[in-house]
Amino acid sequence: MLTKKFVIKNEVGLHARPAAVFVQTVSKYKSKITIEKDGKIANAKSIVEVLSLGVEKDAEVTITAEGSDEEDAMRAIEKLIESNFGE
Amino acid sequence: MRRFEGIGVSRGIAIGKAFLYLPQKLPKISQSKDNIKIEQKKKTIDKALEKTRREISSIHKKLIADNKRKEADIFEAHLLFLDDPSIKEKINTLLQQGYSATYAVESAFEESAKEIEKIENEYLKERANDLRDVKERIIRNILNIPNPSLSLVESECIIVAKDLTPSDTANLDTKKVLGLVTERGSSTSHTAILAEALGIPAVVGIPRITESVNNNTMLIVDGENGIVVADPDKPTIKIFIEKKEKEEKEKVELEKIKFMKLKTKSGKEIEILANIGNPEDAETALKNGADGIGLYRTEFLFLGRESPPSEEEQFEAYKKVLEKFKDKPVIIRTLDIGGDKQIPYLNIEKELNPFLGVRAIRLCLKNTELFKTQLRAILRASIYGNPKIMYPMIAIKEEIEKANSILEEVKSELKSKGVPFKENIQVGIMVEIPSAALNAEELAKYVDFFSIGTNDLIQYTFAADRTNEKVSYLYNPLHPALLKLVKFTIEASHKYGKKTGMCGEMAGDLKAIPQLIKMGIDELSMTPTKIPYAKKFIKDNF
Repeated sequence: MLTKKFVIKNEVGLHARPAAVFVQTVSKYKSKITIEKDGKIANAKSIVEVLSLGVEKDAEVTITAEGSDEEDAMRAIEKLIESNFGE
Repeated sequence: MRRFEGIGVSRGIAIGKAFLYLPQKLPKISQSKDNIKIEQKKKTIDKALEKTRREISSIHKKLIADNKRKEADIFEAHLLFLDDPSIKEKINTLLQQGYSATYAVESAFEESAKEIEKIENEYLKERANDLRDVKERIIRNILNIPNPSLSLVESECIIVAKDLTPSDTANLDTKKVLGLVTERGSSTSHTAILAEALGIPAVVGIPRITESVNNNTMLIVDGENGIVVADPDKPTIKIFIEKKEKEEKEKVELEKIKFMKLKTKSGKEIEILANIGNPEDAETALKNGADGIGLYRTEFLFLGRESPPSEEEQFEAYKKVLEKFKDKPVIIRTLDIGGDKQIPYLNIEKELNPFLGVRAIRLCLKNTELFKTQLRAILRASIYGNPKIMYPMIAIKEEIEKANSILEEVKSELKSKGVPFKENIQVGIMVEIPSAALNAEELAKYVDFFSIGTNDLIQYTFAADRTNEKVSYLYNPLHPALLKLVKFTIEASHKYGKKTGMCGEMAGDLKAIPQLIKMGIDELSMTPTKIPYAKKFIKDNF
């Protein structure tokens, strides 16, 4: 199991397109992936749950990946967040 | 022959057959259980999901092909909702409890929509409605009630509907749709905006029109005058065909005129500028021949969000428009917001009389950090074009002095940091409160220009709430009381060698323009699409 903390830096937070890109990206992996904010945990492959977290700019989130491709998944997530979701 | 009157929202004449667009309503889904095997129900839902996916994908593809990126993104999100594991889990649980397939879908989506709505955010509220859109599509497919689609339009026609949603118009085949007529709607409704952007004649707000005409009824739509004629007789058709031909000829002529610089026969230059509400409008303004921007509303940056826009975000939004307009003037109006609009992060106190309370410049002078951030962003962007700063809702000269001293503060901060900006940037005010108009001679000494905002000036002069229809009879821009204030303002500015423009509705009103020119107005700023008509009118008459 891999766990990593991130600060969401892009303007709109995890809304709109960034949320869609995030869900599309993690859905490519078999691992179980969750995203946590302020103690609330969401299935990272569910757009509804990710939006319901209400992740704004500068929010800190914890992402956990567990499964056969957890390393690849975490690497992809890191890249995505660092690039500000390609904004 | 029958004649109907509504609100004309997009110019032009359309003559053709009616296509009634009346989507069948869904029955109410009740909380019912049934004895159908769970596997059977799962299969039904999967089939409906598959069909829905194909429908949404095809809309998505069409929007991408039409280069409508924003709308396409919405339907991309719809696809994600369709595959959402959390919703699927909810559906399965409900099925296991014995609920019907339709109720399981209804309940799972509705529950998710409510979860998203809980968060105070305009954007998320819209997504909750998207979830409901998707839900309705799936249920229609389960029940085999066709999803309404304007792509069914086979030949050239005029669409007649109760109302049109973004989902409806995304499917619109613009080559076949000659005109639009709806029962509901106003000049700012979705149908109106779309029709104008596509250049399709449209009339909205005709009650019961869908009951008054049938499929293939012959119709004439006059989008300029807001008139629809059903079953026209031959002479009427002839009149409108001639009118249509004349309009089309005029359109060609407008193409030539719209980029001209106007000069009246007495040699006075009159600039025709555009009012815009966001950076995307700048392109429309340029295409319509705007000599510059007379009013860049900056509210769009502040509305529908949970925290104020950063300096960087504002800087980008201003720079974008300035770069497009190069050396042409762009008048940026500082934040014009107050009690009547809900902005949670500004913690504006509820007021009994928001239109007479802490609005616009009054708010900015109280919340100086907010004001400074905006001024800094404008100044930093100033090197990319030719901006001017305009303060809204100025009532007395002290407000100008106060705002200017904050502006000077920001300038010296930037200077000390070595950040480049245009030092001689012009500063003007909106004249929209009678006290400012009556005292224009004094105010003229403190500013570089005036811009008359007629919408508010009328409201405050006649004490008539402009959103209250019951007092709309008082809303008359050509009333002598208002014209006196306008004249007063123009003359005061000229006395000090300064210019006066106008950026309210009145500026684009062909009935008002002759009076304004006679009084010596220097600039008229209006909705971009009105510019070519105003230029032609002035060129022909002055």
